Amino acid sequence: MTAVPYIFTVIAISAGAFFFLAGTVGLLRFPDTLTRLHALTKADNLGLGLIVFGLLPLVEWPFGAFKLISVWLLLQLSGSIVAQLIANFVRREEAHE
Amino acid sequence: MTITFIFDAILVVLLLTVAIWIIVARAAFSAVLAFVAYGLLLAVVWVELSAIDIALTEAAIGSGVTGMILLGAASRLRETEAAVVSAGRPLILAAALLCAVIAAALAALVLSPPSTVFTLAPETMAHLHESGLGNPVAGVLFVYRAFDTLLEKVVVVLALVGVWSLAPDRFWGGIPGLQVSQQPNSVLTLLSQLLPPLGIVFGIYMFWTGANNPGGAFQGGTVLAAMWILVMIAGLQNPPSTNWRWLRVLVVLGPAIFLAIGLAGFGLAGAFLAYPPGYAKPLIIVAEAALTLSIGVALGLLAAGPPERVAQQ
Repeated sequence: MTAVPYIFTVIAISAGAFFFLAGTVGLLRFPDTLTRLHALTKADNLGLGLIVFGLLPLVEWPFGAFKLISVWLLLQLSGSIVAQLIANFVRREEAHE
Repeated sequence: MTITFIFDAILVVLLLTVAIWIIVARAAFSAVLAFVAYGLLLAVVWVELSAIDIALTEAAIGSGVTGMILLGAASRLRETEAAVVSAGRPLILAAALLCAVIAAALAALVLSPPSTVFTLAPETMAHLHESGLGNPVAGVLFVYRAFDTLLEKVVVVLALVGVWSLAPDRFWGGIPGLQVSQQPNSVLTLLSQLLPPLGIVFGIYMFWTGANNPGGAFQGGTVLAAMWILVMIAGLQNPPSTNWRWLRVLVVLGPAIFLAIGLAGFGLAGAFLAYPPGYAKPLIIVAEAALTLSIGVALGLLAAGPPERVAQQ
């Protein structure tokens, strides 16, 4: 195997790791729940998306790639819905106060 | 120092930190959340140790279902939590000392292994093909140590009977008091409509592939249970009445079929839980299929909790 797919993988995964780092910093530093959720979901979507993207050239085609993409899509689904649920809960708590 | 070593070291430090956090957390709710995170980290540790089957079980049961049951317990205890009197410093110190001694003894054993490690792994692999299974973990569970596995499945039924026994007499056989979403048409409704078709296929796949790859009845059954719990929490389907006959049949079906196959072993293969030559794999698949279903139903009911309402006649 030539080095070219590795260069692509390293760049994509590094970018993904950067988004996870940024998301973690946001989670720790942002002032309230809604902005923290924003940081967290960005990290999940883009960070994991880029890591999956970077790993695609290294896995067997088509089933390995299909599995990785499914993992990403399922996490998108659960991540966005959990974020909505938490945000909803926060809204209702604020309405109560 | 390799990358893997650094990764493992960070993982261990993280695991210990979360473990300490669970112990010192004041609110039960925070401790439970940390426990869920602890289970997921532990699953990564099992992956690092190439024990994929255990990693799946840890993530599904240790972190998922147990976490859900503990969350229910924590929210029930929340009102009484402030009134709990702390157990006095001497008692806490004594408990800490005892735990530390046990941990130190275990660590000493792990850190100084015997010079010749005794292992049954080569024997296991040498005879595995006779069972027709490809996954040595499934081989150990259903061939070499089938009796342990049978007892383990019966324990799940007993645990459910234990939870049901917490119901007051007038609610015995009633409907579990699972807290459900009060909002129809929320995002939770969407999730509980989208996910179960995928989850049911995946749960069945996990049981099916367990014969040759990591997976099996417990992991598959947990995924099925999770889908059922999701549908119940979203309010799309009410928890069933616990005196419904078919529900009880489903709970005991798996252990009963496994036990029947075990007893048939006396006549067909000369010993309890022995399989006749050539029929091992089909019999194991039948037992596992029934067990997957029973575990799914039993775990769903465990998470739904004790009956709290009278069933409508």
